[in-house]
Amino acid sequence: MAGLIETRPEGLYCAAGDFHIDPWRPVPRAVITHAHADHARAGHGVIWCARESLGVMHQRLGQAAPIRPLEWREPLTLGRARVSLHPAGHILGSAQVRVEAREGVWVASGDYKRDPDPTCTPFEPVPCDTFITEATFALPVYRWPDPADVVADVFHWWRQAADNGQPAVLFCYALGKAQRVLNGLLAHTGQTVYLHGAMTPLVTVYRAAGVAMVPTEAVSAQSRDHDWRGHLIVAPPSAAGTSWMRRFRGATTGFVSGWMRVRGNRRRRGYDQGFVLSDHADWRGLVDSIRATGCQRVLATHGHSDTLVRYLREHGWQAAELGTPFEGEADG
Amino acid sequence: MRRFAELYEQLDATRATGRKLALMVDYFRDSDDEAAAWALYFLTGRRLKRLLSPTRLKAWAADAAGVADWMLVSSHAHVGDLAETIALLFDDGSAGDPELVSRDLGAWVAELRALAQADEAVIGAQLAAWWRGLPLRECFLLTKLLTGGLRVGVSTGLATRALAQALAQDENLIAQRLMGDWQPDAALITRLRAPPDAGTVASQPYPFCLAAPMDDAPADLGSPSDFLIEWKWDGIRAQLIRREGQVFLWSRGEELLAGRFPEIEAAAMALPDGTVLDGEVVCWRDGIRPFAELQRRINKQKPGRRLLDEAPVRYLAYDLLELGGNDIRDQSTRQRRQQLDGVIAASTAAITISPLVSAEDWATLARLRTEARSRGVEGLMLKHADAPYTRGRRRGIWWKWKVDPLTVDAVLVYAQAGHGRRSNLYTDYTLAVWDGDALVPVAKAYSGLTDKELTQMDRWIRQHTIERFGPVRSVQPLQVFEIAFEGIQQSKRHKAGVALRFPRIHRWRQDKPAAEADHLQALHALLDAVTPS
Repeated sequence: MAGLIETRPEGLYCAAGDFHIDPWRPVPRAVITHAHADHARAGHGVIWCARESLGVMHQRLGQAAPIRPLEWREPLTLGRARVSLHPAGHILGSAQVRVEAREGVWVASGDYKRDPDPTCTPFEPVPCDTFITEATFALPVYRWPDPADVVADVFHWWRQAADNGQPAVLFCYALGKAQRVLNGLLAHTGQTVYLHGAMTPLVTVYRAAGVAMVPTEAVSAQSRDHDWRGHLIVAPPSAAGTSWMRRFRGATTGFVSGWMRVRGNRRRRGYDQGFVLSDHADWRGLVDSIRATGCQRVLATHGHSDTLVRYLREHGWQAAELGTPFEGEADG
Repeated sequence: MRRFAELYEQLDATRATGRKLALMVDYFRDSDDEAAAWALYFLTGRRLKRLLSPTRLKAWAADAAGVADWMLVSSHAHVGDLAETIALLFDDGSAGDPELVSRDLGAWVAELRALAQADEAVIGAQLAAWWRGLPLRECFLLTKLLTGGLRVGVSTGLATRALAQALAQDENLIAQRLMGDWQPDAALITRLRAPPDAGTVASQPYPFCLAAPMDDAPADLGSPSDFLIEWKWDGIRAQLIRREGQVFLWSRGEELLAGRFPEIEAAAMALPDGTVLDGEVVCWRDGIRPFAELQRRINKQKPGRRLLDEAPVRYLAYDLLELGGNDIRDQSTRQRRQQLDGVIAASTAAITISPLVSAEDWATLARLRTEARSRGVEGLMLKHADAPYTRGRRRGIWWKWKVDPLTVDAVLVYAQAGHGRRSNLYTDYTLAVWDGDALVPVAKAYSGLTDKELTQMDRWIRQHTIERFGPVRSVQPLQVFEIAFEGIQQSKRHKAGVALRFPRIHRWRQDKPAAEADHLQALHALLDAVTPS
């Protein structure tokens, strides 16, 4: 399939503009959709990203990273390609990349979601000929419950733990998910939530970007004999099972992820409670978004791209899979 | 149904035994007798007969949910459970139809049984209405009932304890009254509430005593003379009851084996009334025959003359639980064994005694154990001479000292996602050995790796896939695993010409390149070595 964007060993590449999108090896010119580690790598010559993501991007890539922020929809000319960024609704500052040249209009979605999320600018469908979509949750069993209900469940679980005199440790990804939960909790409480060290800088960056959240304090700032009973602690999944957890004796544990939709995953991970909240689109979100772009051709990447491709072909699209070396469970 | 669906979810969500017990006790206390009986039915691992085949359920579900058949298949492969897949497809977050949700479990079972007899079109329409009308949790439970696959992650022992606590009865008494066949109705709970001296039904078996595996040196157990030692037979465990002029043969799975082994049932008529034996059904012709021959008999409800001649069975008795109508389980193993000798002396060839193996010291026994495979047995059984006959698996009463498994190094060639806890992880492996420069599959193996290793392998499999065939991936032949297995038999159905018994992954041989995995000749040599002449 001759086109504007192709896969190279370094990542997605646009020859017309001589730049890469979310490259996983150092390149001279990179457009980065968002700050998650499998998309944003350091070491590039120049990086373009959305202004909304500037804080998190510097937090992840270092203050000295050669970043040139772009406003939403601000035109940028690279070679003979016209490039612009459009909101993807995945996390703070996450962008879709629109590329236009004589080959047509291509949009690389990066990761995106359609559910309401006050912590970032919502996804906007961008009309295009070819849409490169993620397919992390591309199976019809993935259908997200109302995020407000899920956060209410988290709050209820925390209250229950307080009634039982237990600490409640909630595991979730440090960038995006944690801030979304902390924002959602405002509807229920003004009580302070405690953060694992990996969370603190990112929560600070989100606050600086104007995202409202419940008050937070670092776990490490509390005294050694702090009584954790009845408190909510938010930590990344990597903290589970480490010695850091020992201080929360008798804690009940929860995990916030789209993967928690499936019972096998809930059981395998061994958390007491699974909460289904994802920063990716569910099955309907994917199909609706693809339809909304008006594209004729779809290239699917990550997760269940085979299912999505077959479905799209049966429904009149041209579709193919786009390989990446990051196959496996992406952050959900 | 709501209350049981809630219990199911709560039990599923916790691994703490104490919490599971408390949840069940609460349920039994809250429920009326019929609901308690149905819950007990499922909690003790009993199942409804499968009412509708998975193939038909998939077709109806795909149709009603408006998804293509292949999408339902892909979703099922990912989720790992058909009932859950269907429930997820229909879930729209709504609370469902209150009438359907509040209907009793017993009433649902009756509805489902009646529906299974209806016309195709009627079934399809009714299922669609139920799937749409039930919330996620209840829809999952209903579909589990339809597939006959409802399993709860609690042991029978724990469910029994919970019920005993809720009824304030002795746990052993409840366990015994729950043996054998019973119907899940209010009358069951009434019978369980009855005082201890209320008596039993003629057919009712005793709970089986189970052996604990012995992994350590037997010398730690004391002297061999403290034990009664027998061969561990490779047959099916069974309890033989002779009461009120009748004979009942029960499998360890509490299934009545009536009619399957007529020679044993006929011989049992000669036992004195009020006798209960524990022992093993084996295939026997001038000595024990391989399990495969017994398999032919197990599958046959009413064996014909020819099969009876070709694969004769006998009952090897090794314990006496009831004599003259008296429960003697509290007596010591030695005392019971002495009385067993007296009872069996009067019987025919189809019921004989499992002989004792005598040896002065553990070294001699260890040597005898190594002969197990050539003798057609699985190893040795050590039964403490002074212990009573207890219920379930209690360490220190019975030990099984099995022969070391056979092993072979094989190469991973296909992987498939697992089920339940391992769904959407590639954990089910097909392993192959070399035949010249080709790899020929010899076993499918599941367990044996840690969760961490499984996750690591899952990633590796995804990154080294050659081709996908639906839920199966072929992978580059690079990973070597040592597989352990209990036996090896000739097989025309397998490409390799051999079938392995109970294969499982023993070790991940990360140190070994694929080229150094075993060859088919090695398996054929093993086959020759273990086949009794």
